[in-house]
Amino acid sequence: MSNHSCIEIANEWGIVSARQAGRELSKEIGFGSVDQARITTAISELARNIYLYTEIGKIDLEEISDNHKNGKVRGIKVVASDKGPGIENLRDVMVDGFTTSGGLGAGLPGVKRLMDEFDIESIPGEGTTITTIKWLR
Amino acid sequence: MRIPILKLGRYLLISVQVELDDQTALQFQEDLLNKIHQEGSLGVVIDLTSVDMIDSFIAKVIGDVVEMSSLMGAKVVLTGIQPAVAITLIDMGVSLQEVQTALDLEQGLERLQQELGG
Repeated sequence: MSNHSCIEIANEWGIVSARQAGRELSKEIGFGSVDQARITTAISELARNIYLYTEIGKIDLEEISDNHKNGKVRGIKVVASDKGPGIENLRDVMVDGFTTSGGLGAGLPGVKRLMDEFDIESIPGEGTTITTIKWLR
Repeated sequence: MRIPILKLGRYLLISVQVELDDQTALQFQEDLLNKIHQEGSLGVVIDLTSVDMIDSFIAKVIGDVVEMSSLMGAKVVLTGIQPAVAITLIDMGVSLQEVQTALDLEQGLERLQQELGG
């Protein structure tokens, strides 16, 4: 299982590359068109956060598998990491409509709803890592 | 990259066929408003049939351009939103409430004609 790609997000073109790579990999894994759109949108939101709030960061995409009770399940893991300023108010950023950029404030809570698993770790001054997974059903 | 804007009588037609990056979306916003001003257009149909993903930023740009056009006196109808895109937008909690929509370009034009009386 070595289906892995890493996209650097240094400018807004990185956002487009990341979501294209995400669409390709999710298609390859076998996700349907709705889940492909969910995964691509989630990646786009994560990449945009990196672009908006940090100098540089990356999106790692990886095919994963896990043993569930109904057998082996495949999925996609998306990890967005940066060495930016970090998020001081983790609770606030997960609230719908909270924004510091003038956007819709749908970003992170939206990503959480689009994906199956969502984990955020952030240390102010050091950076942020967001790990999300979508399982193939 | 620029999205072409076609003129049809007092209406403008746009079919978005490219991958929407931020710059293209913002450029389109400006181009459309200028074109409405230039042509004195009453209605606009933006067809999104080929768009396979709308994230919160693109949704905001689209919502804004609808509102801006309406300030200028032009009605905008969005058409052809894909099932996967509609589902994703609602999952995200993004609602384009004030925005008029129709199934396809044809119905979008009909809608404008009804609303603008001819």
